[in-house]
Order: sequence, then structure tokens, then C-alpha cells
Amino acid sequence: MTFITPLKFAIDLLAVLLLALGIKGLSKVRSAREANRLAAIAMILAASGVLLHSQGTIGISRDSWIWIICGTLIGGLLGAVTAKRVPMTAMPEVVALFNGCGGMSSLLVALGVALFPPADVADVAVAQAIRNFSIVVSLFVGAITFSGSIVAMAKLQGWLSTPSWTQSKARHFFNILFAVLALIGGIYLSKDGQNGLFLIVIASSLLGIGVTLPIGGADMPVVISLLNSYSGVAAAAAGFVVESQLLIVAGAMVGAAGLILTQVMCDGMNRSLVSVLFGGALGATSVGSGGGGEYTNITSCSPEECALSLEAAERVVIVPGYGLAVAQAQHTLREVTRVLENAEIEVTYAIHPVAGRMPGHMNVLLAEADVPYEQLKEMDVINPEFPATDVVLVLGANDVVNPQAKTDQSSPLYGMPVLDVQEARTVFVVKRGMSAGYSGIKNDLFDLPNTSMVFGDAKKVLGDLLLELKELGVGSKG
Amino acid sequence: MSDFFNEALWVLLLGSLLGLELIGKVPPTLHTPLMSGANAISGITMLAALTLIIKSGDNLPLLIIGSISLGFALFNVIGGFLVTDRMLAMFSRKKTRK
Repeated sequence: MTFITPLKFAIDLLAVLLLALGIKGLSKVRSAREANRLAAIAMILAASGVLLHSQGTIGISRDSWIWIICGTLIGGLLGAVTAKRVPMTAMPEVVALFNGCGGMSSLLVALGVALFPPADVADVAVAQAIRNFSIVVSLFVGAITFSGSIVAMAKLQGWLSTPSWTQSKARHFFNILFAVLALIGGIYLSKDGQNGLFLIVIASSLLGIGVTLPIGGADMPVVISLLNSYSGVAAAAAGFVVESQLLIVAGAMVGAAGLILTQVMCDGMNRSLVSVLFGGALGATSVGSGGGGEYTNITSCSPEECALSLEAAERVVIVPGYGLAVAQAQHTLREVTRVLENAEIEVTYAIHPVAGRMPGHMNVLLAEADVPYEQLKEMDVINPEFPATDVVLVLGANDVVNPQAKTDQSSPLYGMPVLDVQEARTVFVVKRGMSAGYSGIKNDLFDLPNTSMVFGDAKKVLGDLLLELKELGVGSKG
Repeated sequence: MSDFFNEALWVLLLGSLLGLELIGKVPPTLHTPLMSGANAISGITMLAALTLIIKSGDNLPLLIIGSISLGFALFNVIGGFLVTDRMLAMFSRKKTRK
């Protein structure tokens, strides 16, 4: 069977090429879907390459086949069911969950090799040392990815809050302690390949939890993206452990691409990676400092009044935010805008770069509700248009429409790109209560004379609004 | 120094550079799908799990560890690709209607 090794080599090369094209294509709207399929095909190719090569050279025992099929079926089915069932609003949690499992997989491989070193291990000292080092990296990064992702998921689901003690400086001490313990475990492990195994797994898991737990919900997407990059690193390390070049390339590509994506996201939110990771939740440190204070001039109104203003408007801009995603109100919103469009009122959507629960999430949600892609306007495009707008409807967004970010230098939000909704003639803010946004900062917009608050759950308010509009006969033919 | 590790370090370096270059300017619309797609690819660690199972012979604990690892990886891969496709399908549906 001499042709099998070159065949495997060719398959691997093809798989790497497709993966690279896949990642590349995923960053363009037009090619994204095909690119995703291309990457999936690359994965199938890569797996069949491994199976073919092993079957052709050392052979795969019946037991191995049984365990392979078991793992594939169970993992694959659970994954498919999760992917089909999950609502679009829960996307960030699901990505975190999948990601954590990838990290866990790399961790288990390293654990398996460390516990039961294969018989064919090279007796060259250097090779042995590199293998042990790879095991250490794989365990360390894999454990951080897993525990960090699970914490991120739990926090996004609302199962875990941000405990106040995690905001104290002491957490840095504990995190450093965990890191040092993991390092000690790593040194032991790379010496003889046995001791320190569980020390490193436990210490790195705790480190993952310790770093992720204090991070506020708004920054969580950045963390998930970073952890995604880590899982690539873990895969590359696992590639060193089992000596697979394909795994190393793919892992390195995902690791590096994930890092770039994290940076892009940070730029969009006007946050630096360092402040996300070590700064803790934004609000906890800023309460009481600049941007605090009481509201003095709140105007509240009913959906009925809001409907009347909408009826009289010619240009309406919708600003959807986190609250809309949480209330799952995107479909009701679409019904409201359909009515307005029938009445020949121009409707556009102002999409802040971080609207929704992670960058780009709002676009997905609105697309799900059949909103035409052309109606979504990015911040730079829509901002100059606000002065010519009659009514702005802010749905569950807060910090991204806070004028403080432009006017108040002492505000922690200062410098963050925001939507200039206050320039419009009338602003309606649909909100559940007067609670602050992620940042915990007072929103000056609510105090402005042209702003009215409509209190209530976004879905319920939009439902009421729809009824009112229908009663007024807006958009009905005849 | 064994040949594999020599080559592997080159592969690591070039792979990382490629990854840095692949994503230049990403429109915000695609941040979420791209993250989810890259996440699915990181499940490539399933190859390591496969190799582990194949080489474990009749070592039952190792077979079990490998199988669980494979399960986790495939959960990541299949779930990741399907969920990405679901998201992207929503964008393309709009285009065909236009």
C-alpha cells in the first residue's frame, strides 16, 4: 500500500486549501454561505484522510471502529439537534458552548496521551520534551477554553450574575496564583510526563473561571471571540501531541484569525482588549463617578401617543438593541414597520456596530424577521440623516444612544461611537424601566425635552402599538 | 531534533501568518457568523481524537477517553457548521427575493 501516504498528503493539502478559502470567504457577505460549506467539506475530507491512511497502514481494529462510531453519532446528533433547536436570540451562548466543547476535546486528547503514552514514542530526548510541552499547552489552553466558555455561556443565559466580590482587586491575586500553580504543574509534567497532570488541569480551569467571571455582559462577545481563538491554539497544540500537520495548520489559522476578529470587535466597541480582560465590568467601577446623577425631566407616554406621532411622520428610524433581542420582539417589530410602510412612511433601521448581544447579531435577528437588507443602515451612514427624521423609535437600546459619549468628557462612555438620535424631531424610548444599561451610566437622552419614554416589555409595547396603528387606520387600504 | 517537529514548527509559523492575513476587513454583519464558522473549524481537533482512538489498540480507558473527546469535537463541528449555515441562510434568502 505505497500509494496511501501520498494520497493522504494530497487530501490534507486540499483540506487546508479549502479551509483557508472558507475562512476567507466567510468574511464577505456574498460568499459567506458557500464558504461555510467549503469549510465543512474540508473537515469531512480531513477526517476521511485520517481514516483512510490508518486503515491502509496500521489498520483500524473493530473496537476502534465501534468507539469512533459511538463518539461520532452521539456528539454529531447532539450538535445537530442543538443547532436546529436554538432560537436565534440565544446565539452567543451557543457559540460559547460549542467553543468550550472544542477546548474540552483538545484537553481530553492531551490527557489520554499523558496518562497512557503510546508505545511508539520516540526515545529521542528532545522529541520527548517537545511532546510533553505540547501536552502541557494543550491541557492549559484547553482547560481555560472549556471553563471560560462555560462561564461565559452561563452568564449570557443569566444563570450566573457578576458577583460584586469578583470586582475587587483580590481577583488579580487569585488569578496569578492559579496561573503560577498551572505553571508549576506544567514544569513537573514536562519533566517526566506524569506528575502535575491534574494540578495543571484544575489550576487552569480555575484560571479560566477567574478571568471570565468578572467580565460584564456587554464585553462577553469579545471574550467568546478570544476563547474561540484559544480553542484554535489548543487544537494546534493537540496537533503537536498526535503529530498531525493538518491539525497544526488549521489550529494556527483559527487561532490567528480569531485574534484578528477579536481586535475588530474591540475596535467596534471602542474598548481595548486589555481593559476587557483586566478592567472588570464597566459599570461596577464607574457608579457614582462622572455620568451619575438623577433624572430630572422624564416624560412618559402611552403606546397610543406614540402611534399618533408615528402616523404623522414621514421618516421613521428604528434603533433596535439588546432589549429587543431579549424580548424576541423582532417579528412584532416587522409587523409594525409593514403597517408603516403601507402608509408610505419611510422606515429605516439604525444598526450600531454592537447592537444586539454581539456584533452583527442584530443583523441576523432582523434578517430572521424578513427585514430587507437594504433598510439596515450602519452608524456612519445613518448619523447625518437624523436631523431630517421625524420619529426615532429606540427599542431596548441604551448606551449606544447616550449623547454623553460625545458631550461629557468625564463620562466613562466618552469617545464611544454612538447614534445621534437626539437630533431627530421626536424620540420614543421603549424600555422596561429606568434601570441603566450595561455601563450602569445615566442616559442624558432620557432627560431631553424631545424624548418620551414608553415603559414596558418591547414585545408587548410593539403589540399595543400595532393595535393602535390599526385602529387609526394606518396603512390599511381603503 | 526529530524531523516532524522541525517541520511542524514551520507549519505552525506559516499557518499563523496565513490566519492573520485571511481576515482583513469584516463587515459587522458577518462578525457573528464568522465567529461561529471559525469556531466550527476549531473542532478540527476531532482528527486528534480519531488518531488517539486508532492508536490506542485494546486499551479500554484510552478508547473511552478518545471517544468522549471525539464526541465533544463533533458536537463542536457539526453544531457549529449547521448554526452558521442557519444564520447565513437568512441573509441569502433576502437576496434571492430581491
